Amino acid sequence: MASQTTAAPWNDPGAKPLIRFEGVSKRFGDFVAVDQVDLAIHKGEFFSLLGASGCGKTTLLRMLAGFETPTEGRIFIDGVDMSAVPPYERPVNMMFQSYALFPHMTVEANIAFGLKQDRLPQPVITDRTKAVLDLVQMGKFATRKPHQLSGGQRQRVALARALAKEPKVLLLDEPLGALDKKLREATQLELVNIQDRVGVTFVMVTHDQEEAMTMSSRIGVMNSGRIAQVGTPVDIYEYPESRFVADFIGAANMFEASVRQSGTDQVVVNCPELAHDLIIAHNDMLPEGTPVTVMVRPEKVAISRDKPAEGLNWAQGVVADIAYLGDVSIFHVRLESGHRIEALQTNLRHTDERKLTWEDPVYLSWHPANALVLTK
Amino acid sequence: MMDRLGTGRLGRFLVGLPPYAWLALFFLVPFLIVLKISLSEPSAGAPPYLPLWDWDETGALAFHLTLGNYATLFGDELYAFAYLNSIRIAGIATLGCLLIGYPAAYAIARAPTAWRQSLLLLVALPFWTSFLIRVYAWIGILKSEGMLNALLLWLGVISEPLQILQTDLAVIIGMTYSYLPFMVLPLYANLEKMDLTLLEAAADLGCRPFKAFVAVTLPLSMPGIVAGSLLVFIPAVGEFVIPDLLGGPDTLMIGKVLWAEFFDNRDWPVASAVAIAMLVLLVAPIMIIQNARTKAEEAGK
Repeated sequence: MASQTTAAPWNDPGAKPLIRFEGVSKRFGDFVAVDQVDLAIHKGEFFSLLGASGCGKTTLLRMLAGFETPTEGRIFIDGVDMSAVPPYERPVNMMFQSYALFPHMTVEANIAFGLKQDRLPQPVITDRTKAVLDLVQMGKFATRKPHQLSGGQRQRVALARALAKEPKVLLLDEPLGALDKKLREATQLELVNIQDRVGVTFVMVTHDQEEAMTMSSRIGVMNSGRIAQVGTPVDIYEYPESRFVADFIGAANMFEASVRQSGTDQVVVNCPELAHDLIIAHNDMLPEGTPVTVMVRPEKVAISRDKPAEGLNWAQGVVADIAYLGDVSIFHVRLESGHRIEALQTNLRHTDERKLTWEDPVYLSWHPANALVLTK
Repeated sequence: MMDRLGTGRLGRFLVGLPPYAWLALFFLVPFLIVLKISLSEPSAGAPPYLPLWDWDETGALAFHLTLGNYATLFGDELYAFAYLNSIRIAGIATLGCLLIGYPAAYAIARAPTAWRQSLLLLVALPFWTSFLIRVYAWIGILKSEGMLNALLLWLGVISEPLQILQTDLAVIIGMTYSYLPFMVLPLYANLEKMDLTLLEAAADLGCRPFKAFVAVTLPLSMPGIVAGSLLVFIPAVGEFVIPDLLGGPDTLMIGKVLWAEFFDNRDWPVASAVAIAMLVLLVAPIMIIQNARTKAEEAGK
């Protein structure tokens, strides 16, 4: 993960992307599954398509694999238009959600299957099969049939089979969806390590935002067939461009507001929920009266009994609910207007003398740089 | 707890009883009667065989078991020839059913869901008409001045009518036609439940559609092929009506031999021996193979 954030080919306007979607749409009858998607994915990326079910992410992936044909638009892989290229000739391999291992073949034969299609000499097939099996630590199970394996083992075989052909792009359709939580978390990091080692571009579909955040170099958030935002996990979380993305990724406190005064590096907004104006860092000039949404993440909100220092945005309310999660507690604070704000506090001590409790009057505060003004 | 388990077992026993009783009464008992007749000596009276045991003049129990009827089967090569010919004709008909039935079952299994039930109904539709009438209809099609010859003459493919009726070919055509649904239905059941993602996976790994069919669909449909073939082959071997109506005097099949022994020769013991021999030679090996297959599959799971 760390190694991926250092190189950022997507910020280089001269870089040639490996995969390009150009105005791609897919309609099934009246239903628009994918709507005018433009997207560029670069070599070596771990790119995630993230969205709720039915948002079109799987259709987008299947068009990349060649199982669906775009109704409109074109897809390029390594500069080649894929419109007329059937799935069996594309330089991509897919790891299926159901794994789709051939039940009548051994683990070995499953992995060798793709290599045999390329008519490689038998020694090469044997060597490569062994190499990918070792890569996913499944060497001992080479002669087993899929039904003799556990879910996690099948997942590894499916990964090995897709990697064996050394594709330009590896497609992963909810690769960890069938695993239980513990195994999923362990496999997330392992998958990233394997990607680091083989250097193949990964495009993953997932509905699990934690999974996308942990594994991806960049995330494309999808909403009803469209790409809502593309960015690094940090971009997506800290600087969502729309209410949808802010709400979809993580928890967010949002207030409806209108612009009172706009400067070069900050904006003053009036918020009916609060007794006073808010000051928020913002780079674009906004006309007075523009309706906006103010967004601040719960962990950016400080909660205290005492009035916060000058220069911070603040609000006053009473503790309505406390969710104790062990490592952190989430305080739901009810403002005078009835609006609720969530504030997240790390539980640093075993016990806290000044522990807040229900109905305590409290102050909430956050720094102007830690909130966002959303116009979309 | 004990009580509940107890009634459960009794309930299961009661539910299982009728079919087993039925099979015992109408399959096992007749089989034993046939077995008994096959071991007895023929006689001119009624019934046309001697009892297996009786009390002789001194009042002692006397058995009259003979293997002579089985010896007859080995002694006259007519029987061996009839067996082999039955297997050959049934085998070709099974192959014919497979070649026609597989694509049909495949097409139905891949048809839009809304159509599948109607298409399956069409496959089963001939059952609404009497089997006998349908075989008779084939006489009208296959005879010298029948529809097939008329069509071929009209098309100019042939200059004089072909002799198809009263040949082995007519029997094979009749059997293929009659038993086709027994091939299509188990194959459909197998192909329909196949996971189509596997074909996507094959394509994804660089496999062209036809090769994917050979490498993935065909091996996975093997249980359906075996089930359908057995359902066609076993009854076809012993088939009497089709060879009798469509075959000629040279069409030697075990069903016809059986009929001849029973009704023309009135030699019930030899006829029974023929029936038992068929069962032992044909059905027993198939059952053993099937049993081994099932066990192997279970061991594999």
